[in-house]
Amino acid sequence: MVNDMSFLKKSKKQNKSDNTKNWQLRLGIVLVSVVTLLVVVGLFWTPYEPTAMSAALKNKPPSLTHPLGTDYMGRDVLSRVMDGAGTTFFIGVATVLIGLVLGTLLGAFTGYYGGIVDELLMRLNDTLTSMPSILLALVFVSIIGTGKYNIIIALGVIFIPSFARVVRSEYLVQKEMDYVRNAKLLGAGNLRIMFVHILPNTKSILLSTITIGLNNAILAEAGMSYLSLGVQPPDASLGRMLSEAQGYLLSSPWMALAPGMMIVLTVLGFSLISENLKN
Amino acid sequence: MRYYIKKIVSLIMVLFLVILLTFLAFQVIPGDGALAKLGVDATEEAIEALRESLGLNKSIPARFVDYFKGILHGDFGISYQYDQPVAELVAARMPATLGLALISILLIVVVSLPLGLLCSKKENGTVDNIITLLTQTLMAVPAFFLGILITLIFGLTLRWFMPGRYVAPAEDFGAFLRYMIFPATAIAVPKIAMLVKFLKTSVIRELKLDYVRTARSKGNTDRAVLWKHVLKNALIPVITFMGMVIADVLAGSIVIEQVFNLPGLGRLLVVAIGNRDYPVVQAIVIYIASVVLIINFIVDLLYQKVDPRIRLQ
Repeated sequence: MVNDMSFLKKSKKQNKSDNTKNWQLRLGIVLVSVVTLLVVVGLFWTPYEPTAMSAALKNKPPSLTHPLGTDYMGRDVLSRVMDGAGTTFFIGVATVLIGLVLGTLLGAFTGYYGGIVDELLMRLNDTLTSMPSILLALVFVSIIGTGKYNIIIALGVIFIPSFARVVRSEYLVQKEMDYVRNAKLLGAGNLRIMFVHILPNTKSILLSTITIGLNNAILAEAGMSYLSLGVQPPDASLGRMLSEAQGYLLSSPWMALAPGMMIVLTVLGFSLISENLKN
Repeated sequence: MRYYIKKIVSLIMVLFLVILLTFLAFQVIPGDGALAKLGVDATEEAIEALRESLGLNKSIPARFVDYFKGILHGDFGISYQYDQPVAELVAARMPATLGLALISILLIVVVSLPLGLLCSKKENGTVDNIITLLTQTLMAVPAFFLGILITLIFGLTLRWFMPGRYVAPAEDFGAFLRYMIFPATAIAVPKIAMLVKFLKTSVIRELKLDYVRTARSKGNTDRAVLWKHVLKNALIPVITFMGMVIADVLAGSIVIEQVFNLPGLGRLLVVAIGNRDYPVVQAIVIYIASVVLIINFIVDLLYQKVDPRIRLQ
Protein backbone atom coordinates (compact mmCIF):
# COMPACT_ATOMS: atom_id res chain seq x y z
CA MET A 1 0.00 0.00 0.00
CA VAL A 2 2.72 2.38 1.02
CA ASN A 3 4.67 1.39 -2.04
CA ASP A 4 1.70 2.17 -4.24
CA MET A 5 1.36 5.65 -2.77
CA SER A 6 4.97 6.51 -3.29
CA PHE A 7 4.72 5.21 -6.81
CA LEU A 8 1.79 7.55 -7.49
CA LYS A 9 3.62 10.48 -6.00
CA LYS A 10 6.67 9.80 -8.06
CA SER A 11 4.76 9.51 -11.28
CA LYS A 12 3.07 12.83 -10.62
CA LYS A 13 6.44 14.44 -10.09
CA GLN A 14 7.73 12.72 -13.19
CA ASN A 15 4.80 14.15 -15.11
CA LYS A 16 5.57 17.63 -13.96
CA SER A 17 9.18 17.39 -15.03
CA ASP A 18 8.03 15.96 -18.37
CA ASN A 19 5.91 19.06 -18.80
CA THR A 20 8.81 21.41 -18.21
CA LYS A 21 10.89 19.37 -20.65
CA ASN A 22 8.09 19.79 -23.12
CA TRP A 23 7.87 23.56 -22.98
CA GLN A 24 11.62 23.87 -23.14
CA LEU A 25 11.75 21.62 -26.18
CA ARG A 26 8.92 23.58 -27.77
CA LEU A 27 10.61 26.92 -27.08
CA GLY A 28 13.81 25.55 -28.62
CA ILE A 29 12.00 24.37 -31.74
CA VAL A 30 10.20 27.73 -32.07
CA LEU A 31 13.48 29.67 -31.76
CA VAL A 32 15.33 27.49 -34.24
CA SER A 33 12.40 27.64 -36.69
CA VAL A 34 12.20 31.44 -36.55
CA VAL A 35 15.94 31.81 -37.06
CA THR A 36 16.01 29.23 -39.85
CA LEU A 37 13.06 30.93 -41.53
CA LEU A 38 14.92 34.26 -41.48
CA VAL A 39 17.97 32.62 -43.01
CA VAL A 40 16.05 30.71 -45.69
CA VAL A 41 14.02 33.78 -46.68
CA GLY A 42 17.27 35.76 -46.67
CA LEU A 43 18.67 33.44 -49.34
CA PHE A 44 16.02 34.67 -51.81
CA TRP A 45 14.81 37.98 -50.53
CA THR A 46 15.94 40.67 -48.08
CA PRO A 47 14.05 43.93 -47.39
CA TYR A 48 16.95 45.89 -48.91
CA GLU A 49 20.13 44.97 -50.74
CA PRO A 50 22.48 43.97 -47.82
CA THR A 51 25.34 45.95 -49.35
CA ALA A 52 23.36 48.98 -50.56
CA MET A 53 24.86 52.09 -48.94
CA SER A 54 23.19 55.42 -48.45
CA ALA A 55 24.76 58.60 -47.13
CA ALA A 56 21.38 60.00 -46.06
CA LEU A 57 20.52 56.96 -43.93
CA LYS A 58 23.69 56.64 -41.81
CA ASN A 59 23.25 55.36 -38.22
CA LYS A 60 19.44 55.65 -38.18
CA PRO A 61 17.70 54.01 -35.19
CA PRO A 62 15.10 51.27 -35.77
CA SER A 63 12.02 52.61 -37.55
CA LEU A 64 9.11 51.30 -39.59
CA THR A 65 11.09 51.37 -42.84
CA HIS A 66 14.24 49.89 -41.24
CA PRO A 67 13.01 47.64 -38.38
CA LEU A 68 16.53 47.09 -36.96
CA GLY A 69 17.95 50.48 -38.00
CA THR A 70 20.82 51.21 -40.36
CA ASP A 71 24.60 50.99 -39.90
CA TYR A 72 27.45 53.48 -40.31
CA MET A 73 27.30 53.16 -44.08
CA GLY A 74 23.53 53.49 -44.23
CA ARG A 75 23.00 49.79 -44.90
CA ASP A 76 19.84 48.10 -43.58
CA VAL A 77 20.75 46.09 -40.45
CA LEU A 78 17.91 43.55 -40.78
CA SER A 79 18.97 42.69 -44.34
CA ARG A 80 22.56 42.36 -43.23
CA VAL A 81 21.64 40.14 -40.27
CA MET A 82 19.65 37.85 -42.60
CA ASP A 83 22.56 37.71 -45.01
CA GLY A 84 25.22 37.32 -42.33
CA ALA A 85 23.27 34.64 -40.47
CA GLY A 86 23.10 32.78 -43.80
CA THR A 87 26.90 32.66 -43.99
CA THR A 88 27.18 31.70 -40.33
CA PHE A 89 24.60 28.90 -40.77
CA PHE A 90 26.26 27.66 -43.94
CA ILE A 91 29.58 27.41 -42.13
CA GLY A 92 27.92 25.68 -39.15
CA VAL A 93 26.13 23.06 -41.26
CA ALA A 94 29.12 22.37 -43.52
CA THR A 95 31.43 22.05 -40.51
CA VAL A 96 29.15 19.64 -38.70
CA LEU A 97 28.74 17.56 -41.87
CA ILE A 98 32.51 17.13 -42.17
CA GLY A 99 32.84 16.27 -38.50
CA LEU A 100 29.82 13.97 -38.59
CA VAL A 101 30.78 11.92 -41.65
CA LEU A 102 34.50 11.55 -40.92
CA GLY A 103 33.99 11.27 -37.15
CA THR A 104 31.34 8.58 -37.55
CA LEU A 105 33.55 6.55 -39.89
CA LEU A 106 36.52 6.86 -37.56
CA GLY A 107 34.47 6.09 -34.44
CA ALA A 108 32.74 3.14 -36.10
CA PHE A 109 35.96 1.47 -37.23
CA THR A 110 37.91 2.09 -34.02
CA GLY A 111 35.00 1.11 -31.78
CA TYR A 112 34.16 -2.00 -33.76
CA TYR A 113 37.67 -3.35 -34.34
CA GLY A 114 39.54 -1.95 -31.34
CA GLY A 115 43.24 -2.82 -31.14
CA ILE A 116 46.37 -0.71 -31.14
CA VAL A 117 45.16 1.80 -33.76
CA ASP A 118 42.12 2.44 -31.60
CA GLU A 119 44.28 2.94 -28.53
CA LEU A 120 46.59 5.42 -30.28
CA LEU A 121 43.80 7.37 -31.95
CA MET A 122 41.90 7.69 -28.70
CA ARG A 123 44.95 9.08 -26.92
CA LEU A 124 45.31 11.67 -29.67
CA ASN A 125 41.59 12.31 -29.44
CA ASP A 126 41.76 12.93 -25.69
CA THR A 127 44.54 15.45 -26.13
CA LEU A 128 42.77 17.23 -28.98
CA THR A 129 39.39 17.44 -27.28
CA SER A 130 40.96 18.85 -24.11
CA MET A 131 42.31 21.78 -26.14
CA PRO A 132 40.12 24.88 -26.54
CA SER A 133 38.67 24.66 -30.05
CA ILE A 134 39.31 28.33 -30.80
CA LEU A 135 43.04 27.78 -30.22
CA LEU A 136 43.12 24.84 -32.65
CA ALA A 137 41.07 26.81 -35.16
CA LEU A 138 43.51 29.72 -34.95
CA VAL A 139 46.43 27.34 -35.59
CA PHE A 140 44.67 26.04 -38.69
CA VAL A 141 43.83 29.50 -39.93
CA SER A 142 47.37 30.75 -39.48
CA ILE A 143 48.55 27.84 -41.64
CA ILE A 144 45.89 27.61 -44.37
CA GLY A 145 44.65 31.22 -44.27
CA THR A 146 41.34 32.93 -43.49
CA GLY A 147 38.09 33.01 -45.48
CA LYS A 148 34.80 31.13 -45.51
CA TYR A 149 36.04 27.81 -46.91
CA ASN A 150 39.22 27.67 -44.83
CA ILE A 151 37.12 28.19 -41.68
CA ILE A 152 34.91 25.28 -42.73
CA ILE A 153 37.94 23.02 -43.21
CA ALA A 154 39.52 24.13 -39.93
CA LEU A 155 36.41 23.73 -37.77
CA GLY A 156 35.32 20.57 -39.60
CA VAL A 157 38.59 18.81 -38.87
CA ILE A 158 38.54 20.04 -35.28
CA PHE A 159 35.06 18.56 -34.73
CA ILE A 160 36.03 15.07 -35.98
CA PRO A 161 37.36 13.87 -32.58
CA SER A 162 34.22 14.76 -30.64
CA PHE A 163 31.98 12.87 -33.08
CA ALA A 164 34.44 9.96 -33.24
CA ARG A 165 34.46 9.68 -29.46
CA VAL A 166 30.67 9.57 -29.13
CA VAL A 167 30.24 7.06 -31.97
CA ARG A 168 33.09 4.88 -30.74
CA SER A 169 31.69 4.50 -27.24
CA GLU A 170 28.30 3.62 -28.71
CA TYR A 171 29.87 0.95 -30.97
CA LEU A 172 31.75 -0.51 -28.01
CA VAL A 173 28.44 -1.19 -26.28
CA GLN A 174 26.43 -2.20 -29.32
CA LYS A 175 28.91 -4.71 -30.73
CA GLU A 176 28.44 -6.96 -27.68
CA MET A 177 24.67 -7.04 -28.04
CA ASP A 178 22.69 -10.07 -29.05
CA TYR A 179 21.39 -8.63 -32.30
CA VAL A 180 24.95 -8.17 -33.55
CA ARG A 181 25.84 -11.76 -32.64
CA ASN A 182 22.68 -12.85 -34.35
CA ALA A 183 23.55 -10.96 -37.52
CA LYS A 184 27.02 -12.52 -37.46
CA LEU A 185 25.54 -16.01 -37.16
CA LEU A 186 23.34 -15.27 -40.14
CA GLY A 187 26.50 -14.50 -42.09
CA ALA A 188 26.39 -10.70 -42.28
CA GLY A 189 29.77 -9.11 -43.09
CA ASN A 190 31.48 -6.69 -40.73
CA LEU A 191 30.77 -3.66 -42.89
CA ARG A 192 27.11 -4.59 -43.14
CA ILE A 193 26.89 -5.02 -39.36
CA MET A 194 28.63 -1.71 -38.75
CA PHE A 195 26.60 0.47 -41.07
CA VAL A 196 23.30 -1.33 -41.60
CA HIS A 197 22.75 -2.88 -38.17
CA ILE A 198 24.56 -0.72 -35.60
CA LEU A 199 24.57 2.75 -37.18
CA PRO A 200 20.77 3.30 -36.97
CA ASN A 201 20.97 2.63 -33.23
CA THR A 202 23.32 5.56 -32.67
CA LYS A 203 20.74 7.96 -34.11
CA SER A 204 19.53 9.59 -30.88
CA ILE A 205 23.03 10.13 -29.52
CA LEU A 206 24.20 11.54 -32.84
CA LEU A 207 21.28 13.95 -32.98
CA SER A 208 22.22 15.61 -29.70
CA THR A 209 25.90 15.69 -30.70
CA ILE A 210 24.90 17.39 -33.96
CA THR A 211 22.99 20.18 -32.22
CA ILE A 212 25.85 20.78 -29.77
CA GLY A 213 28.25 20.74 -32.72
CA LEU A 214 26.17 23.33 -34.58
CA ASN A 215 26.29 25.60 -31.55
CA ASN A 216 30.03 25.23 -31.16
CA ALA A 217 30.55 25.92 -34.85
CA ILE A 218 28.37 29.04 -34.75
CA LEU A 219 30.16 30.36 -31.65
CA ALA A 220 33.62 29.55 -33.03
CA GLU A 221 32.89 31.18 -36.39
CA ALA A 222 31.49 34.29 -34.69
CA GLY A 223 34.54 34.55 -32.42
CA MET A 224 37.03 34.13 -35.26
CA SER A 225 35.26 36.53 -37.58
CA TYR A 226 35.11 38.99 -34.71
CA LEU A 227 38.92 38.75 -34.51
CA SER A 228 38.98 39.36 -38.32
CA LEU A 229 40.53 35.91 -38.71
CA GLY A 230 37.36 34.30 -40.03
CA VAL A 231 35.04 35.24 -42.86
CA GLN A 232 36.48 38.01 -45.03
CA PRO A 233 34.60 40.77 -46.87
CA PRO A 234 32.59 40.88 -49.11
CA ASP A 235 31.07 37.91 -47.21
CA ALA A 236 29.02 39.13 -44.23
CA SER A 237 28.81 37.13 -41.01
CA LEU A 238 27.36 37.75 -37.57
CA GLY A 239 30.83 37.88 -35.99
CA ARG A 240 32.13 40.39 -38.54
CA MET A 241 29.08 42.60 -38.00
CA LEU A 242 29.80 42.62 -34.27
CA SER A 243 33.39 43.64 -34.78
CA GLU A 244 32.35 46.43 -37.16
CA ALA A 245 29.66 47.57 -34.72
CA GLN A 246 32.06 48.04 -31.83
CA GLY A 247 33.33 51.36 -33.17
CA TYR A 248 29.79 52.75 -33.27
CA LEU A 249 28.49 51.46 -29.94
CA LEU A 250 27.60 54.90 -28.61
CA SER A 251 25.99 56.32 -31.76
CA SER A 252 24.20 53.18 -32.98
CA PRO A 253 24.06 50.33 -30.46
CA TRP A 254 21.45 48.46 -32.58
CA MET A 255 24.28 47.60 -34.99
CA ALA A 256 25.77 45.34 -32.30
CA LEU A 257 22.55 44.23 -30.62
CA ALA A 258 20.95 42.79 -33.75
CA PRO A 259 23.66 40.29 -34.79
CA GLY A 260 24.47 39.53 -31.13
CA MET A 261 20.87 38.65 -30.28
CA MET A 262 20.66 36.56 -33.44
CA ILE A 263 23.59 34.45 -32.18
CA VAL A 264 22.10 34.18 -28.67
CA LEU A 265 18.66 33.07 -29.93
CA THR A 266 20.15 30.51 -32.31
CA VAL A 267 22.47 28.99 -29.74
CA LEU A 268 19.72 29.02 -27.08
CA GLY A 269 17.31 27.30 -29.46
CA PHE A 270 19.70 24.51 -30.36
CA SER A 271 20.82 23.94 -26.77
CA LEU A 272 17.23 23.76 -25.50
CA ILE A 273 16.50 21.14 -28.15
CA SER A 274 19.58 19.02 -27.50
CA GLU A 275 19.19 19.32 -23.73
CA ASN A 276 15.62 18.02 -23.72
CA LEU A 277 16.05 15.51 -26.52
CA LYS A 278 18.71 13.65 -24.57
CA ASN A 279 16.28 12.39 -21.96
CA MET B 1 53.17 5.64 -6.32
CA ARG B 2 53.11 3.75 -9.61
CA TYR B 3 49.97 5.67 -10.46
CA TYR B 4 51.78 9.00 -10.06
CA ILE B 5 54.80 7.90 -12.11
CA LYS B 6 52.55 6.67 -14.88
CA LYS B 7 50.67 9.97 -14.88
CA ILE B 8 53.82 12.09 -14.93
CA VAL B 9 55.41 10.07 -17.73
CA SER B 10 52.28 10.37 -19.85
CA LEU B 11 52.11 14.13 -19.18
CA ILE B 12 55.70 14.59 -20.35
CA MET B 13 55.07 12.49 -23.45
CA VAL B 14 51.97 14.47 -24.40
CA LEU B 15 53.79 17.78 -23.82
CA PHE B 16 56.57 16.61 -26.14
CA LEU B 17 53.98 15.55 -28.70
CA VAL B 18 52.32 18.97 -28.55
CA ILE B 19 55.66 20.70 -29.22
CA LEU B 20 56.46 18.30 -32.07
CA LEU B 21 53.03 18.65 -33.70
CA THR B 22 53.04 22.44 -33.39
CA PHE B 23 56.52 22.59 -34.89
CA LEU B 24 55.60 20.28 -37.78
CA ALA B 25 52.33 22.10 -38.44
CA PHE B 26 54.19 25.31 -39.18
CA GLN B 27 56.64 23.56 -41.53
CA VAL B 28 53.80 22.97 -43.99
CA ILE B 29 53.56 26.67 -44.81
CA PRO B 30 55.31 27.62 -48.04
CA GLY B 31 58.14 30.12 -47.56
CA ASP B 32 60.23 30.37 -44.41
CA GLY B 33 61.35 32.77 -41.72
CA ALA B 34 64.04 34.42 -43.83
CA LEU B 35 61.58 35.13 -46.64
CA ALA B 36 58.94 36.37 -44.21
CA LYS B 37 61.38 38.71 -42.54
CA LEU B 38 63.05 40.23 -45.61
CA GLY B 39 60.05 40.22 -47.94
CA VAL B 40 59.84 39.05 -51.56
CA ASP B 41 61.93 41.97 -52.86
CA ALA B 42 65.12 40.96 -51.02
CA THR B 43 68.04 39.57 -52.99
CA GLU B 44 68.63 35.82 -53.14
CA GLU B 45 71.98 36.23 -51.34
CA ALA B 46 70.54 38.21 -48.44
CA ILE B 47 67.83 35.59 -47.90
CA GLU B 48 70.37 32.78 -48.13
CA ALA B 49 72.62 34.51 -45.59
CA LEU B 50 69.78 34.99 -43.14
CA ARG B 51 68.73 31.35 -43.60
CA GLU B 52 72.26 30.35 -42.71
CA SER B 53 72.32 32.49 -39.56
CA LEU B 54 68.84 31.39 -38.41
CA GLY B 55 69.72 27.74 -39.05
CA LEU B 56 66.87 27.42 -41.55
CA ASN B 57 68.89 25.53 -44.16
CA LYS B 58 69.22 22.50 -41.93
CA SER B 59 66.93 19.50 -42.33
CA ILE B 60 63.58 19.49 -40.51
CA PRO B 61 64.63 16.94 -37.83
CA ALA B 62 67.82 18.93 -37.12
CA ARG B 63 65.81 22.12 -36.83
CA PHE B 64 63.36 20.46 -34.46
CA VAL B 65 66.22 19.34 -32.24
CA ASP B 66 67.49 22.96 -32.17
CA TYR B 67 64.00 24.28 -31.44
CA PHE B 68 63.38 21.74 -28.69
CA LYS B 69 66.73 22.41 -27.05
CA GLY B 70 65.94 26.12 -27.16
CA ILE B 71 62.57 25.58 -25.46
CA LEU B 72 64.23 23.63 -22.65
CA HIS B 73 66.31 26.76 -22.04
CA GLY B 74 63.29 29.03 -22.29
CA ASP B 75 64.29 30.22 -25.77
CA PHE B 76 61.44 30.27 -28.29
CA GLY B 77 63.34 32.02 -31.08
CA ILE B 78 63.15 35.59 -32.37
CA SER B 79 59.96 37.30 -33.48
CA TYR B 80 60.01 38.27 -37.19
CA GLN B 81 57.88 41.31 -36.56
CA TYR B 82 59.37 42.80 -33.41
CA ASP B 83 62.96 41.51 -33.72
CA GLN B 84 62.82 40.59 -30.04
CA PRO B 85 63.14 37.22 -28.31
CA VAL B 86 59.68 35.60 -28.30
CA ALA B 87 60.07 34.63 -24.64
CA GLU B 88 60.42 38.32 -23.67
CA LEU B 89 57.36 39.32 -25.70
CA VAL B 90 55.30 36.56 -24.09
CA ALA B 91 56.52 37.42 -20.59
CA ALA B 92 55.59 41.10 -21.11
CA ARG B 93 52.04 40.12 -22.09
CA MET B 94 51.59 37.64 -19.26
CA PRO B 95 50.29 39.93 -16.45
CA ALA B 96 47.16 41.00 -18.35
CA THR B 97 46.17 37.47 -19.40
CA LEU B 98 47.06 35.85 -16.10
CA GLY B 99 45.28 38.58 -14.13
CA LEU B 100 42.19 38.24 -16.30
CA ALA B 101 42.16 34.45 -15.91
CA LEU B 102 42.64 34.57 -12.13
CA ILE B 103 39.96 37.20 -11.53
CA SER B 104 37.54 35.32 -13.81
CA ILE B 105 38.12 32.01 -12.06
CA LEU B 106 37.75 33.64 -8.64
CA LEU B 107 34.47 35.20 -9.74
CA ILE B 108 33.24 31.88 -11.14
CA VAL B 109 33.98 29.95 -7.93
CA VAL B 110 32.73 32.58 -5.49
CA VAL B 111 29.44 33.15 -7.30
CA SER B 112 28.55 29.74 -8.69
CA LEU B 113 29.08 27.51 -5.65
CA PRO B 114 26.57 29.23 -3.32
CA LEU B 115 24.20 29.92 -6.21
CA GLY B 116 24.33 26.30 -7.34
CA LEU B 117 23.52 25.04 -3.83
CA LEU B 118 20.69 27.53 -3.51
CA CYS B 119 19.21 26.45 -6.83
CA SER B 120 19.46 22.77 -5.93
CA LYS B 121 16.79 23.33 -3.27
CA LYS B 122 14.27 24.09 -5.97
CA GLU B 123 13.47 21.03 -8.00
CA ASN B 124 10.61 21.44 -10.45
CA GLY B 125 8.07 24.26 -10.17
CA THR B 126 8.10 27.81 -11.45
CA VAL B 127 11.32 28.94 -9.73
CA ASP B 128 13.16 25.97 -11.19
CA ASN B 129 11.83 26.78 -14.65
CA ILE B 130 12.96 30.37 -14.40
CA ILE B 131 16.41 29.32 -13.19
CA THR B 132 16.75 26.79 -16.02
CA LEU B 133 15.72 29.27 -18.68
CA LEU B 134 18.04 31.91 -17.23
CA THR B 135 21.06 29.60 -17.08
CA GLN B 136 20.36 28.29 -20.59
CA THR B 137 20.11 31.83 -21.95
CA LEU B 138 23.29 33.03 -20.25
CA MET B 139 25.13 29.96 -21.52
CA ALA B 140 24.08 30.91 -25.06
CA VAL B 141 25.64 34.39 -24.91
CA PRO B 142 29.12 34.44 -26.47
CA ALA B 143 31.56 36.04 -24.01
CA PHE B 144 32.66 38.67 -26.53
CA PHE B 145 29.07 39.79 -27.13
CA LEU B 146 28.61 40.02 -23.37
CA GLY B 147 31.81 42.09 -23.33
CA ILE B 148 30.34 44.45 -25.92
CA LEU B 149 27.12 44.74 -23.88
CA ILE B 150 29.13 45.46 -20.71
CA THR B 151 31.12 48.13 -22.57
CA LEU B 152 27.87 49.67 -23.79
CA ILE B 153 26.07 49.62 -20.42
CA PHE B 154 28.79 50.11 -17.81
CA GLY B 155 31.39 51.87 -19.92
CA LEU B 156 29.62 54.18 -22.32
CA THR B 157 26.26 54.72 -20.58
CA LEU B 158 26.95 54.54 -16.81
CA ARG B 159 30.61 55.55 -17.20
CA TRP B 160 31.84 53.18 -14.48
CA PHE B 161 35.00 52.56 -16.50
CA MET B 162 36.73 53.95 -19.57
CA PRO B 163 36.60 51.38 -22.38
CA GLY B 164 40.08 50.72 -23.73
CA ARG B 165 41.89 52.44 -20.86
CA TYR B 166 43.83 49.51 -19.39
CA VAL B 167 46.13 50.15 -16.42
CA ALA B 168 49.09 47.82 -15.82
CA PRO B 169 49.09 46.11 -12.37
CA ALA B 170 52.60 47.41 -11.63
CA GLU B 171 51.43 50.97 -12.26
CA ASP B 172 48.29 51.10 -10.11
CA PHE B 173 46.96 47.80 -8.80
CA GLY B 174 43.62 49.22 -7.66
CA ALA B 175 42.93 50.78 -11.06
CA PHE B 176 44.00 47.51 -12.70
CA LEU B 177 41.42 45.58 -10.65
CA ARG B 178 38.72 48.18 -11.27
CA TYR B 179 39.24 47.81 -15.01
CA MET B 180 39.72 44.03 -15.09
CA ILE B 181 36.52 43.27 -13.21
CA PHE B 182 34.53 44.09 -16.38
CA PRO B 183 36.29 41.78 -18.87
CA ALA B 184 36.43 39.14 -16.13
CA THR B 185 32.66 39.40 -15.68
CA ALA B 186 32.17 38.94 -19.43
CA ILE B 187 34.17 35.70 -19.29
CA ALA B 188 32.70 34.52 -15.99
CA VAL B 189 28.93 34.93 -16.48
CA PRO B 190 28.40 32.18 -19.12
CA LYS B 191 30.65 29.85 -17.11
CA ILE B 192 28.80 30.64 -13.88
CA ALA B 193 25.54 29.69 -15.58
CA MET B 194 27.11 26.42 -16.70
CA LEU B 195 28.53 25.61 -13.30
CA VAL B 196 25.30 26.47 -11.45
CA LYS B 197 23.39 24.13 -13.72
CA PHE B 198 25.99 21.42 -13.34
CA LEU B 199 26.20 21.72 -9.55
CA LYS B 200 22.43 21.72 -9.23
CA THR B 201 22.08 18.46 -11.18
CA SER B 202 24.95 16.95 -9.24
CA VAL B 203 23.50 17.80 -5.80
CA ILE B 204 19.98 16.71 -6.75
CA ARG B 205 21.33 13.37 -8.00
CA GLU B 206 23.22 12.82 -4.74
CA LEU B 207 20.20 13.76 -2.61
CA LYS B 208 18.27 10.81 -4.08
CA LEU B 209 20.84 8.23 -2.95
CA ASP B 210 20.40 5.83 -0.06
CA TYR B 211 23.10 7.27 2.18
CA VAL B 212 21.13 10.52 2.41
CA ARG B 213 18.13 8.63 3.75
CA THR B 214 20.37 6.84 6.24
CA ALA B 215 21.91 10.12 7.39
CA ARG B 216 18.44 11.63 7.83
CA SER B 217 17.15 8.63 9.72
CA LYS B 218 20.03 9.00 12.14
CA GLY B 219 18.59 12.38 13.06
CA ASN B 220 20.67 14.75 10.93
CA THR B 221 19.04 17.99 9.88
CA ASP B 222 18.70 18.77 6.18
CA ARG B 223 21.46 21.31 6.48
CA ALA B 224 23.86 18.85 8.11
CA VAL B 225 23.11 16.22 5.47
CA LEU B 226 23.81 18.73 2.72
CA TRP B 227 27.04 20.11 4.13
CA LYS B 228 28.56 17.03 5.75
CA HIS B 229 27.53 14.30 3.36
CA VAL B 230 26.11 15.43 0.06
CA LEU B 231 28.46 18.28 -0.78
CA LYS B 232 31.59 16.14 -0.56
CA ASN B 233 30.27 13.75 -3.16
CA ALA B 234 28.56 16.34 -5.30
CA LEU B 235 31.78 18.32 -5.68
CA ILE B 236 33.71 15.41 -7.21
CA PRO B 237 32.39 15.86 -10.76
CA VAL B 238 32.65 19.62 -10.28
CA ILE B 239 36.46 19.30 -10.07
CA THR B 240 36.64 17.85 -13.59
CA PHE B 241 34.25 20.48 -14.76
CA MET B 242 36.37 23.25 -13.24
CA GLY B 243 39.37 21.89 -15.17
CA MET B 244 37.43 22.35 -18.39
CA VAL B 245 36.28 25.81 -17.31
CA ILE B 246 39.85 26.97 -16.66
CA ALA B 247 40.89 25.87 -20.15
CA ASP B 248 37.85 27.70 -21.54
CA VAL B 249 38.69 30.85 -19.58
CA LEU B 250 42.15 30.92 -21.16
CA ALA B 251 40.67 30.45 -24.62
CA GLY B 252 37.96 33.01 -23.89
CA SER B 253 40.55 35.61 -22.99
CA ILE B 254 41.94 35.42 -26.56
CA VAL B 255 38.74 37.07 -27.79
CA ILE B 256 37.90 39.17 -24.73
CA GLU B 257 41.30 40.89 -24.79
CA GLN B 258 40.31 42.23 -28.20
CA VAL B 259 36.99 43.59 -26.89
CA PHE B 260 38.54 45.41 -23.93
CA ASN B 261 41.82 46.31 -25.60
CA LEU B 262 43.96 44.38 -23.08
CA PRO B 263 47.66 43.93 -23.89
CA GLY B 264 47.63 40.17 -23.22
CA LEU B 265 48.72 36.94 -24.88
CA GLY B 266 45.51 36.72 -26.93
CA ARG B 267 46.12 40.11 -28.55
CA LEU B 268 49.72 39.13 -29.23
CA LEU B 269 48.53 35.88 -30.83
CA VAL B 270 45.91 37.53 -33.04
CA VAL B 271 48.33 40.21 -34.24
CA ALA B 272 51.05 37.59 -34.83
CA ILE B 273 48.68 35.47 -36.95
CA GLY B 274 47.74 38.55 -38.98
CA ASN B 275 51.43 39.37 -39.58
CA ARG B 276 52.54 35.74 -40.16
CA ASP B 277 54.91 36.04 -37.22
CA TYR B 278 55.15 32.25 -36.79
CA PRO B 279 57.70 31.98 -33.94
CA VAL B 280 55.30 33.99 -31.76
CA VAL B 281 52.26 31.96 -32.85
CA GLN B 282 54.10 28.70 -32.19
CA ALA B 283 55.24 29.80 -28.74
CA ILE B 284 51.79 30.97 -27.61
CA VAL B 285 50.11 27.82 -28.92
CA ILE B 286 52.62 25.64 -27.10
CA TYR B 287 52.23 27.76 -23.98
CA ILE B 288 48.42 27.64 -23.83
CA ALA B 289 48.33 23.95 -24.74
CA SER B 290 50.84 23.15 -21.97
CA VAL B 291 48.83 25.10 -19.40
CA VAL B 292 45.69 23.20 -20.39
CA LEU B 293 47.49 19.84 -20.17
CA ILE B 294 49.03 20.65 -16.79
CA ILE B 295 45.63 21.72 -15.43
CA ASN B 296 44.13 18.45 -16.64
CA PHE B 297 46.98 16.62 -14.93
CA ILE B 298 46.31 18.42 -11.63
CA VAL B 299 42.58 17.71 -11.96
CA ASP B 300 43.34 14.01 -12.42
CA LEU B 301 45.48 13.94 -9.29
CA LEU B 302 42.91 15.87 -7.23
CA TYR B 303 40.22 13.60 -8.51
CA GLN B 304 41.79 10.43 -7.27
CA LYS B 305 42.65 12.16 -3.99
CA VAL B 306 39.01 12.99 -3.25
CA ASP B 307 37.60 9.83 -4.77
CA PRO B 308 39.55 6.73 -3.72
CA ARG B 309 37.42 4.61 -6.04
CA ILE B 310 39.45 5.93 -9.00
CA ARG B 311 42.66 4.40 -7.68
CA LEU B 312 41.28 0.89 -7.84
CA GLN B 313 40.93 1.04 -11.62
